[in-house]
Amino acid sequence: MLAFILKRLGLAVLVAFTVSFISFSLLFLSGDPAAALAGETASGEDVEALRRLYGFDRPMLVQYGDWLFSALQGDFGESYYFKLPVASLIAERLQVTMTLGVCGILFALITAVPLGVVAAIRPNSIIDRVALFLSVAGQAMPSFWFGLILIVIFAIQLGMLPPSGADSWQHFIMPTIVLGYYAMPAIMRLTRAGMLDVLNSDYIRTARAKGAGESRVLFKHALRNAIIPVVSLAAVQMGFMLGGSIVVESVFALHGAGYLAWESIARNDLPTVQALILVFSMFYIVFTFLADVLNAWLDPRMRSA
Amino acid sequence: MTDSTDPLSREIEGPSPRQMLKARALSHWGLIFGMAVVGLLLLVAIFAPLLAPHDPYAQSLMKRMVPPVFMGGTWEHPLGTDHLGRDYLSRLIYGARVSLLIGAVAALISGFIGTAMGVAAGYFGGKVDAVVTFLINVRLAMPVVLVALAVVAILGGSLTVVICVLGLLLWDRFAVVMRASTLQISRRDYVAAAQVIGASTPRIVLTEIMPNVFNNLIVIVTLEMAHAILLEAALSFLGLGVQPPIPSWGLMVSEGKNMMLFEPWLVLIPGAVLFALVLAINLMGDGLRDVTAPEGRS
Repeated sequence: MLAFILKRLGLAVLVAFTVSFISFSLLFLSGDPAAALAGETASGEDVEALRRLYGFDRPMLVQYGDWLFSALQGDFGESYYFKLPVASLIAERLQVTMTLGVCGILFALITAVPLGVVAAIRPNSIIDRVALFLSVAGQAMPSFWFGLILIVIFAIQLGMLPPSGADSWQHFIMPTIVLGYYAMPAIMRLTRAGMLDVLNSDYIRTARAKGAGESRVLFKHALRNAIIPVVSLAAVQMGFMLGGSIVVESVFALHGAGYLAWESIARNDLPTVQALILVFSMFYIVFTFLADVLNAWLDPRMRSA
Repeated sequence: MTDSTDPLSREIEGPSPRQMLKARALSHWGLIFGMAVVGLLLLVAIFAPLLAPHDPYAQSLMKRMVPPVFMGGTWEHPLGTDHLGRDYLSRLIYGARVSLLIGAVAALISGFIGTAMGVAAGYFGGKVDAVVTFLINVRLAMPVVLVALAVVAILGGSLTVVICVLGLLLWDRFAVVMRASTLQISRRDYVAAAQVIGASTPRIVLTEIMPNVFNNLIVIVTLEMAHAILLEAALSFLGLGVQPPIPSWGLMVSEGKNMMLFEPWLVLIPGAVLFALVLAINLMGDGLRDVTAPEGRS
C-alpha cells in the first residue's frame, strides 16, 4: 500500500511540474508578451520598458525557473490589472468556487445515486429509461444555455431566485444545479452499472437465500460495494467541475476563481492566468490522487495497477 | 465487423455478420433518430445558401428584434431578427456550418493525434506506453475551457485558431480508448503470426490492428465531435471563440443574453438547436457502440 501511494505521489508531482511548465509557456505563444500587454497602440519604447520591468528580456527558461521558485513559496507575482498579489486574489475568489464545487458535487450525488440504484433494481423499466434519457440529455445540454433558461424561468418569470451575484445562499441554488447536472450522468451510469454487477453476484444470492429483507440486501450488501467506484469518480468529477465552473460563474456573475480567470484572460493579466491554470490543475491532480488512494485502500486489487 | 475475420462464421447458415449488423442498426431507435437529425443538419449546412431566406450578415436598423412568426411576427422573418436586424433563421442555418465544421475538423485532428499515441502505447508497451500514459495524465490535469480561452485570447479568435486549439486539446479520450483496444488486439494470435512471418510494424498496425479497432474509433470520433461543438459554443458564448459577425450558435446565445428579459426566444432558439445537434450526435455515437459491440451492451 505504501509503495503504491509513493508511486502515485511521485507521478502526481511529475504531472504537476509538467503542467506548470506548459501553463507557463502557453502564454509565450504570442511570441512577445510585452507587446501583447502594452496593446496595439503602444510605442516601441513603451514595449521595451514593459519588457524590462517584467523581465521578459531574459531567456524563457530562466523566467520559468524564477516563477516556479516563487510559486512554490506561494508567491505568484502581482496582478497586472488589480495591482494586488495574485495569491491573495485567488485565495479570496476560491471560496466562492469551492462552495459552488462542493454544493454541485453533493447535488449530483444526492440526485444521481438514487436514480442509478432505482434504474438498476428495475432494468428497462420506465424509471430506467427516464434516467437514461436524463443522462444522455445531460451530456448534450450546453451548460451556459441551461443556466440562462433557469434564469428566465426562476428569476424572471417566477421571481423566486436572484438571477446573479453571490450574496446569500439563494444565489447558489441555480449555479449548483447547473454545475451538478453536468456531473450527474457519469455518476448515475456508474451507480447503475455497479449495482447491476453486484446484484448478480453470489453473495447477494446468499443474502437473499438466508432470508435477509430486500431493503437490507439492497442497502447494506449491494449499495455499499457498488458505491466504492462512485466515490472516486465523484472526486475526479469535482476536479473537472472546478475547471468547468468558469462558464457557470460567468453566466450567474458569481465572482469566484472561474470568473476571475475569464476577467484576467480578457484583460491580458498574464500572472493571474498562469497561476489560475496551475491552481485548477493542482485541484484536479490532488483529487485524482486522493481517488486513486481511496480506491486502493478500499479495493486491494487496485494496488497492483 | 470483428466476426468476419473468423473463417467459421462464413459456413454457418443464416444471416451474415454484416446483415446482422444492419438489422441491429435498423432496430436501434436512438441510432436512427441521431443519424436522421445529424443528416438533416448536415444537408442544411451544405445547402445553406439555397435554404437561407436572407443574407445572414445583412443588417437592417429599421427591422431590429422582429419577433418570430409564432410570437406575432411575419413570414418574412420566420424566426424574427436580432438586435442588428439580421434574419435569425438565416443566421441559424449558416451557424450549422460553423458548428459542424469545427466539430468535424477538431475531431479529425484530435483523433489523429490520440489514435497515433494510443496505438503506439498499446502496441509497443513498455517505455512508449509509460510516456503516453504520462502525457494523458498531464493533458487531463489541464482545465480545457481555461486553457482554450487563454490560447484563443492570445492568438486571436479566428475559426482556424478555435479548430486547432480544440483539436490539440481533445485527444485524451482517443488515446485512452485506442490504447486499451490496441493492447487487447495485439495479444491475439494473428498479430503474433504476422510478426512471425516477418511483416513490418507499419503493415501490422495498418492491416491487423487498425481494422479491428476501427469501430471503437468511429464511436469516439462522434462523441468527441459533440464535445468539440459544445466547447466551441461555450468559448464563443464567453466572447473568446468565434468572433462576430460570424453566425455561431454560442455567439448568438451570448448576443441575445442582454435582451433575454424581454425577448427570451433570442436565447432559446439557438440553444435549442445546439442542444438538438449535440444530443443527436451523442445518440448516434451511443447507438454505434451498441450496434457494433453487442456483447458490451448493458
